[in-house]
Amino acid sequence: MSVLRPLDKLPGLNTATILLVGTEDALLQQLADSMLKEDCASELKVHLAKSLPLPSSVNRPRIDLIVFVVNLHSKYSLQNTEESLRHVDASFFLGKVCFLATGAGRESHCSIHRHTVVKLAHTYQSPLLYCDLEVEGFRATMAQRLVRVLQICAGHVPGVSALNLLSLLRSSEGPSLEDL
Amino acid sequence: MDETVAEFIKRTILKIPMNELTTILKAWDFLSENQLQTVNFRQRKESVVQHLIHLCEEKRASISDAALLDIIYMQFHQHQKVWEVFQMSKGPGEDVDLFDMKQFKNSFKKILQRALKNVTVSFRETEENAVWIRIAWGTQYTKPNQYKPTYVVYYSQTPYAFTSSSMLRRNTPLLGQALTIASKHHQIVKMDLRSRYLDSLKAIVFKQYNQTFETHNSTTPLQERSLGLDINMDSRIIHENIVEKERVQRITQETFGDYPQPQLEFAQYKLETKFKSGLNGSILAEREEPLRCLIKFSSPHLLEALKSLAPAGIADAPLSPLLTCIPNKRMNYFKIRDK
Repeated sequence: MSVLRPLDKLPGLNTATILLVGTEDALLQQLADSMLKEDCASELKVHLAKSLPLPSSVNRPRIDLIVFVVNLHSKYSLQNTEESLRHVDASFFLGKVCFLATGAGRESHCSIHRHTVVKLAHTYQSPLLYCDLEVEGFRATMAQRLVRVLQICAGHVPGVSALNLLSLLRSSEGPSLEDL
Repeated sequence: MDETVAEFIKRTILKIPMNELTTILKAWDFLSENQLQTVNFRQRKESVVQHLIHLCEEKRASISDAALLDIIYMQFHQHQKVWEVFQMSKGPGEDVDLFDMKQFKNSFKKILQRALKNVTVSFRETEENAVWIRIAWGTQYTKPNQYKPTYVVYYSQTPYAFTSSSMLRRNTPLLGQALTIASKHHQIVKMDLRSRYLDSLKAIVFKQYNQTFETHNSTTPLQERSLGLDINMDSRIIHENIVEKERVQRITQETFGDYPQPQLEFAQYKLETKFKSGLNGSILAEREEPLRCLIKFSSPHLLEALKSLAPAGIADAPLSPLLTCIPNKRMNYFKIRDK
């Protein structure tokens, strides 16, 4: 069974690779385009996948950050994410995974409760970001954020590591899940 | 000219949008070229309508002329009604007679008139051996209501008739009877198929929807076409699941074909099943009566929407056969019961 491991390959020179996992290809493609428009000192590579495990026959670079895109309008999207998570090695969850929930803006179309994704992110100890990827402005902002996080996870920002970032993000979280 | 006829013609003409007015009036062929030339169509609509009514009065329009205008209006505005499909069948061992349009029309009219006394029946033949029938219903004691007619489109070389869903449901059995007898059939059955788009219903019923048209892009490899890749696509974006995408495209194409889908707005599923549960002693499982549930899918173009579900990543391919069988089974209203 092929499991993604964070450190099983050597990094490429000045390269940072992000893997976007989600069922809706159009959304992933748009996010990828937005990310690549950003000015970035590192060379960016974006891999798009519908689900994990990834096909093993391909020669791919080391993956620095995995973003699971969950569409709150679609239970199928959540189910796909949950199944894909099983193919990620535990050490990835030390700051190199994050969850992105899209579609929260259209409340009436949401079939997944916000609490469900909050709980999912909490279980995997990873940050949860919200962004309506269909809206160009929000998407551009999120793309910026992801590029910065990616650079940190690839080790291109001196003095900050993925684990540092993770603990920074966690300490600024609101009340714990039990209080909700 | 009768006041009611004048009023009816006036209301019908008022419904017609200005840009269609001359076309419809020409198709009606009741007012002569000379008469139409005297009308200034650039005036306000009310003035145009008044002038037209005046011309109709000169020519002494009757209710059947008015009914014909109404049929033509409906032929141009088919989408305003929801159409249902009836299928007729001959009895076992009956011969296929040659269809006689005149005999059919006479017989149809006679049956309705004998039953109801007050009824307006009008016919208009079109190509493809089809006849449009308009029926304004009355009773033994009341005059026909011209504002709530039923329209029937009967394809004489086939056992199918399409009717506009009428509010006056009590006349449906009589209509069915008249159609069956006049067309020399034995039985009539309503199909579970309904839509506003008469052309799509025709395509489904006569199985004409699966015509593939030659396109210029047929030489483009499947991969590029299906992924919608831009030739200048960024090489920094890598799609990991190309194999999976191709599989989905292939399955979608096998299920739905390359041709445009017929247009339907609804699919409705009525479930009547007993609750099945793995747990023992569940309250719902102990119910004697089946649970009833209604699921309705609606969309401006349902079949195209279903076709795009898997490629868009919203559902897994293959889709449930309950959804994909709609054009094949010629149904969009389903009743699902326990076996």
